[in-house]
Amino acid sequence: MNELLDRLPYARFLNLQTQMNGDEVTVVMPFADQLIGNPMLPALHGGSTAALLEMTAMAQIALAFPSSRLPRPINVTVAYLRTGRPVDVFARAEISRAGRRIAHVQAEAWQESRSRPIASLTAHFLLEES
Amino acid sequence: MHDSFVDAILPQLAAGAAHTGALGFIFDGLHDGAPRIRVPWRPDLVGDPDTGVLAGGLVTTLLDHIGGLAVWTAMDAFHPIATLDLRVDYMRAARPGVDLLAQASCYRLTPTIAFVRGWAFEDDPADPVAAAQSAYVLNRSRSSTKPAPAGDVGA
Repeated sequence: MNELLDRLPYARFLNLQTQMNGDEVTVVMPFADQLIGNPMLPALHGGSTAALLEMTAMAQIALAFPSSRLPRPINVTVAYLRTGRPVDVFARAEISRAGRRIAHVQAEAWQESRSRPIASLTAHFLLEES
Repeated sequence: MHDSFVDAILPQLAAGAAHTGALGFIFDGLHDGAPRIRVPWRPDLVGDPDTGVLAGGLVTTLLDHIGGLAVWTAMDAFHPIATLDLRVDYMRAARPGVDLLAQASCYRLTPTIAFVRGWAFEDDPADPVAAAQSAYVLNRSRSSTKPAPAGDVGA
């Protein structure tokens, strides 16, 4: 399973690390200077957190619905709840519903405490072309 | 097109942070008043190695960032802003090996919120790879010299 994200160049660019707990995937984005979007605060670039959330959703779908093809995002909505501080970020995703072609996924990213998420994602993914 | 302080610092705002620098963002001018960023295609920015298509997460980052530039352009001032939320529709895969462009327009500024639409495309804004609808929270009070105009949306 670790190989899934390791295979994806952009996941490697963000140095995403996959942890498995039963049927649940946790993805870690270790802090790195190159993730900083606002050097004054400093704060992570929201886009890096959004990318983490999207990759986490893809990893969770790929685990639940093994396929030769990667799930492809149709649309994603990201809400930024708190400033991303310059420390590691964790993310988990839940598949709300998956049909034959389309999956609806929700995901959250957090830092020190899972009860204080820094961002949430709601997204649809295409599982396979009809 | 006007020459203002914000116009002068747009290249820095586009690419000056560590993340945008690492992604290779380049300010690509104002087009009918809309700021544009170019991302040269790079193999390490690809989402699916089987297709060579740039990662969705990169497109989201690009649209988030170009939206911020559109807000500063609309305010014609630099104040701290934060993305409140962002929706991205991925209409089609980006063409492998080709630079990606994005531009955005802030179509409504209230005292506290900016509403933005943005597009990512290779060469024709009318044939977008992805479209974004986003909202940004403004923190004018921290550095503003002008009072905020009255708005009709509370936030």
